Amino acid sequence: MDQKLTERERNAQMKKEALISVAMYVIFFLWWYFTGYGLAGENQSYTMGIPNWFLLSSVVGYVLFSAATIIVVKLFFKNFSLEEAADDPEAAKK
Amino acid sequence: MSYSATLITVLVIYLLANLAIGLYASKIQARKDAAAGKGFVNNYFIGGRSMGGLVLAMTLIATFTSASSFIGGPGVAYSRGLSWVYLSMIQVPTAFIILGILGKKFAIIARKTEAVTVTDYLRARYKSPAVVIISTVALILFFMAQMVSQFLGGAILFETVTGMPYIWGLVLFGVVVILYTAIGGFQAVVITDTIQGLIMVLGGFIILYTIISVGGGLEAITTKLNTVNPVWSDITSGGTLAKNYLMSFWVLVGIGVLGLPQTAVRGMGFKNTKSLHDAMIYGTIVVGFLMLVMHFAGVLIPAILDPNEVKTADYVIPAVVMKHMNPVMAGLFIAAPLSAVMSTVSALLLLASAALIKDLYLNYIAKEKGEGAAKTDAAFTKKISAMSTATTFVVGFIVFLFTIYPPDLIVWINLFAMGGLECAFLCPILFGLYWKGANATGALLSSVISVAAFLIITTQKISFFGMTPIVPSILISIVVFVIGCQFGKKSDKETIDLFFN
Repeated sequence: MDQKLTERERNAQMKKEALISVAMYVIFFLWWYFTGYGLAGENQSYTMGIPNWFLLSSVVGYVLFSAATIIVVKLFFKNFSLEEAADDPEAAKK
Repeated sequence: MSYSATLITVLVIYLLANLAIGLYASKIQARKDAAAGKGFVNNYFIGGRSMGGLVLAMTLIATFTSASSFIGGPGVAYSRGLSWVYLSMIQVPTAFIILGILGKKFAIIARKTEAVTVTDYLRARYKSPAVVIISTVALILFFMAQMVSQFLGGAILFETVTGMPYIWGLVLFGVVVILYTAIGGFQAVVITDTIQGLIMVLGGFIILYTIISVGGGLEAITTKLNTVNPVWSDITSGGTLAKNYLMSFWVLVGIGVLGLPQTAVRGMGFKNTKSLHDAMIYGTIVVGFLMLVMHFAGVLIPAILDPNEVKTADYVIPAVVMKHMNPVMAGLFIAAPLSAVMSTVSALLLLASAALIKDLYLNYIAKEKGEGAAKTDAAFTKKISAMSTATTFVVGFIVFLFTIYPPDLIVWINLFAMGGLECAFLCPILFGLYWKGANATGALLSSVISVAAFLIITTQKISFFGMTPIVPSILISIVVFVIGCQFGKKSDKETIDLFFN
């Protein structure tokens, strides 16, 4: 059974999680942009025939983002009851 | 058996398995829901809010992965090279951000208001019949157009690969998807989405493995690409893909998808916070895998096909399948794009039906009965149940007819479907959840004006720093929303309490 939070705590937690999601999105964008456009060009380097801008932005970026998702979800996202709040007037009556 | 007979046998077995599993799963869920006292509407349209993590992730991915991820996208990557893979990788954080921003908030609101559709949520938040009716109409129009184009894509693919008339393919998978959606409802849709999602992943492995082994390893392929398609390693595809244009896809396929009702509604159907967290992880891994592998496969294809074997971009993947795969493998691979078609159609079909039954009929026509009655009044429940199934069938049948004889209007609407939905729904959904000041005036003006702006910008080909038309349209929708909310009635205290405490 999931822990019950008060309405206020639930809303604060959800806001925090939404902000973290946006931050992750922005960080992925920056990684994608700078490894992609930063390393591509006339004298771009290659690893095993594949350009490094692509390896870093799209392959390594994907692996890192997946790893970051696992870590962030475990560390910052909380489990709580979606049904009832701890200070729900009806729940209090029971 | 001949090549195409074997291939078709594999597909038919797969389709029938979908049908059987979909119907069986929905039967079990209906029994569980009946025992738990949840009503028909709740079961048919949202599956009694019982999705676990894997199912949630798969249904989300299957819904927004369409046939183009398997056919059109790799076809473009074939000539454009890695820049097109780079563009597609924008979608890596999509599942994460949709669930992270909408998931829990939607889940709680939906439970409090007994919402089963995005429109239910808009109705509870804005208390405005105009908002409900406009969003329902927009949703049905755009969804019909999208379903027709998905069916067309699947049927043409079937024709290309098997050589049979496309109507046969359409009858085959069209009937299956309409049947399990109409009879089984949400539970059948999400369980088949899960199977279809796994088949898509398998399809990704099959195609990449085939290309690399035929081409004699990655290094041999890349060496050959340097001569046959020298722009393959250039981030601008030889100067044809401008940076602004490419970057504006972040808005269309990244942020904008928060406004797609078919993905947003997934936030109402999961079981608990743990399912959500798991889905964020699985979703990210699977989306990234599919996008990377399918588009990367497209990039490598010039090394194993002669240019004269490829008539159009859409022909690239089928050509590889027919030339280099044995019929069983080919059947398993072709099952992937057909799965993408079916999963997208089933989601849209069920939502279109929900819009008609739940958002229009129950809200406005059978008003005196209300939602409460649907639970207690057995005769009424039976009527709603029959009506819902019938409505899904009828909508499916109309889409089917439109696919055989596509009306110009539908073809035209489809060009605007994804962008149009994003314009109509993004601000009302997002601001409604996180901004107390959001009100009906803002929602209404923003939807109507930004969809109109999107149509004008697209048809008049007005350029906005070389970006896709969705970028200025979303900016307009945000500005209009914020300004509109300064006028008209503020949301009442009851609503604010319900949403924000």
